[in-house]
Amino acid sequence: MTAHTTTPPEIGGIGHSLKRVEDARLIEGQGNFLDDISLPGMLYMALVRSPVAHARINGIDIEAAMAVDGVLAVVTGELMAAHNLAWMPTLSGDTQAVLATDKVRYQGQEVAAVIATDPYIAADGAELVDVDYDVLPAVVTPQQSLDPDTVVIRDEKEGQTDNLAYEWECGDDAATAEAFARADRVVSIQTHYPRSHPAPLETCGIVADVNPVTGQATIYMTSQAPHAHRTLFAMVAGLPEQNIRIISPDIGGGFGNKVPIYPGYVVATAASLVIGKPVKWVETRTGNLISTGFGRDYHMSGELALTDEGRILGLRVDVLSDQGAFYSDAQPSRYRAGLFHVVTGSYDFPAAHITCRGAFTNKAPGGVAYRCSFRITEASYLIERLVQTAAYELGIDPADLRFRNFIQPEQFPYETPTGFVYDSGDYPTALRKALDAVGYEQLREEQAEARAQGRLIGIGIAHFTEAVGAGPAHTYDIAGLKMIDSAELRVHPTGKAILKLGVKTQGQGHETTFAQIVAEQLGIPAYDIKVEHGDTDHTPYGLGTYASRSTPVGGAATAVVARKLADKARHIAAHLLEAAVEDIEMAAGKLHVKGSPDQAVTIQDVALAAYTNLPEGMEYGLEDVTYYNPPNLTFPYGSYIVVVEVDPDTGVWKVERMVALDDCGVRINPMIVEGQIHGGLTEGFAMSSMQWITFDEDGNCIGSNFMDYLVPTAWETPRFELLETVVPSPHHPIGAKGVGESATVGSPAAYVNAVVDALAHLGVRNIDMPVLPDRVWEAIDSAAS
Amino acid sequence: MEVTVNVNGTDHTADVEPRKLLVDHIRTVVGLTGTHIGCDTTSCGVCTVLLDGAPVKSCTVLAVQADGRSVTTVEGLKSGGELHPVQTAFSDEHGLQCGFCTPAMMLVGAALLEQNPDPSDEEIRWAISGNLCRCTGYMNIVKSIRAAAEAKATAAAGADS
Repeated sequence: MTAHTTTPPEIGGIGHSLKRVEDARLIEGQGNFLDDISLPGMLYMALVRSPVAHARINGIDIEAAMAVDGVLAVVTGELMAAHNLAWMPTLSGDTQAVLATDKVRYQGQEVAAVIATDPYIAADGAELVDVDYDVLPAVVTPQQSLDPDTVVIRDEKEGQTDNLAYEWECGDDAATAEAFARADRVVSIQTHYPRSHPAPLETCGIVADVNPVTGQATIYMTSQAPHAHRTLFAMVAGLPEQNIRIISPDIGGGFGNKVPIYPGYVVATAASLVIGKPVKWVETRTGNLISTGFGRDYHMSGELALTDEGRILGLRVDVLSDQGAFYSDAQPSRYRAGLFHVVTGSYDFPAAHITCRGAFTNKAPGGVAYRCSFRITEASYLIERLVQTAAYELGIDPADLRFRNFIQPEQFPYETPTGFVYDSGDYPTALRKALDAVGYEQLREEQAEARAQGRLIGIGIAHFTEAVGAGPAHTYDIAGLKMIDSAELRVHPTGKAILKLGVKTQGQGHETTFAQIVAEQLGIPAYDIKVEHGDTDHTPYGLGTYASRSTPVGGAATAVVARKLADKARHIAAHLLEAAVEDIEMAAGKLHVKGSPDQAVTIQDVALAAYTNLPEGMEYGLEDVTYYNPPNLTFPYGSYIVVVEVDPDTGVWKVERMVALDDCGVRINPMIVEGQIHGGLTEGFAMSSMQWITFDEDGNCIGSNFMDYLVPTAWETPRFELLETVVPSPHHPIGAKGVGESATVGSPAAYVNAVVDALAHLGVRNIDMPVLPDRVWEAIDSAAS
Repeated sequence: MEVTVNVNGTDHTADVEPRKLLVDHIRTVVGLTGTHIGCDTTSCGVCTVLLDGAPVKSCTVLAVQADGRSVTTVEGLKSGGELHPVQTAFSDEHGLQCGFCTPAMMLVGAALLEQNPDPSDEEIRWAISGNLCRCTGYMNIVKSIRAAAEAKATAAAGADS
């Protein structure tokens, strides 16, 4: 696929599949990940975690641990409480225990920390910390949790008399009731989007280095949001913000897991502050899976009101979310269920009403946006499963039902019944193109023939719309911090440049793509532009990388700051060429007088002049900074089609085709975009087929390691066929929308719809994720009986 | 106890605790941090190194077991200042994103190509099925190893002619 470009390959602006700058160090083992950092005199921390889900702590005996040669300190909740740090705020306005004082409320909760001279010794010490627990009954489902007779989990919380974490509603109840009253048909579905874990291959970690003399706190941290974390550290720990420097080094995958501030970070920093030496803490895999930010765990009931002709009139949704012991969704503070209200999806209908309740349970807290923009994955899944169900109930082809209800291209900007204003799109073209690519009509015929032979073929469609790039300051903040982002650009006298970003890559390739954005605007070759990010002392402020916000917000800031410099460059060029500014044209790194292409200077000439030869009164230098407050979110979308064959005897299903059409607006680096989509499609496959965090009746986490928590290998992962359309975002400076999460958001419904479609003629309407073979087999079996 | 491990062609002798894992030995004693740690249960494979040429997960090998043996890590893939074909191919084919699993994937790929210079996609997928990647969805990793096989074959043909 040839992307549209306006610059030659040697400049490498937008649309070029440039090889990545970051690869050079990573393919030679010269990356600098958190655990690679070693400082003189560094100490090591190991956490003591609760083995039980719910218990009162009667006492903690640290004597044996302290007796280990090399153990320097054992930190307990009591000690943290003495510094007013036993509890910390969450990103959803709740509080979370740093180290448990009164009770433990989930298995894996942090109870104590051992500081030692060696990581093996720290682990030895942690084994020897003796905690006396008085075990309490565990509450492991949100339904059980909200039963009035259930014990109050958060009894430490003033005014908390039940296990309700939050209540939230959105939309128009009356209008929705009216839509249902005039509906010919009502179709409903109940489904659980199971708890999943982002499980980046690098776990979370920190090296906290607080200088006892200067008070300077240099904190290396696996952080997707270093600037926000600096401010939160200042607010929570009371450290002066100018003395806090967060450095987020190379990150081995984030996927939302590295957005929250975890207890380990706080304890390691406090320990370094008290001891006066650097303290390193690197989470174990089990620690990562059982205690840090999970995603999903939404119990959803959805109802669609329809006419007999298949027009959707209204949508009603009720959600019960399992929040674990602390309500700590990383989400904009205005919305208690993230952006779940994008649940109306890609369809044009007038009324929707959504109610959400969250319940505390004896499970790990989290609710992070796992490769998703704040609960959009759950929303997209529900509407696409509902539409599929409606198609069966109405006897209308699932593709056709979507065409009948799509928002039409001419309706954009389109305001949804829950208040989003979708920026742009052409849904019918996207779905048609995907259907043609997969050979949909013929596949339906093949499916019918296969059924006649007793074979089970399924074709699953999902057409998703995301809402990403949070977001406009009037609506979006996290913990009070507006969700703007920034870029600072300096062009040096030799025409090379450095771009400093508020966002932070975790593998998305920012060091390449953001340079391409500058190359497009200024004509400086992308490889002549160094991109710096992740160090709060050296980059301008921003809220970080998650919710697909880097390109929509940070990318926009980059384009705008580069345009500011382009404007100054024109003025300098006019001076050098002795022409009027209005007559200076700029393309691909050359600035020339209109109509006289030979009367030209290069951007490199201009860069030198910026420091040596300026027009009268102009300030020296060629640099600027932009803080970008996006006017709206962006709304990427796509049409995904999955073909599966299900073995009727075993319930095992295999993906035969996966065709994914994405429209993410303008593609900066098509190679990187496609890589992101491959990854997202794989995570969607993971959640739909195998990946889940579950618990036994005592609250023991089943899925505490990679032998029990299955993530797909190359062997199981399907092959993908990618397609694209490009409808630019009208409000983004370069028309880009963001793509990192689209495939994770859109694909689970396509996989599940495919398996259900294979069994639809048997009357099967739903199988919850993960769609394990035994669940499929049971669905077939109960349909038969 | 004293062990001598040859890492990337150089002998490293050190006094190590018997319980010390090879991965920790490589990272902290030998001081090469391109070998990563991801899971503690021999599942993710990011700690893969070549022990006497064969891929092993170095979180499940004790340093003492490597005494007198040779280890190749990602830092040893390059030879004579030239990148190994798998390294070039991973960059050319966008076989990496965050780069955390990459050293291990490349080592497995390199070892596979020693055994099987012309592997099919299926054979590559099987070879790397002990190594997890959370970013790429594997397609471009498979493509990278295929491309490396082709580059090696082309180079060999060039050398023969």
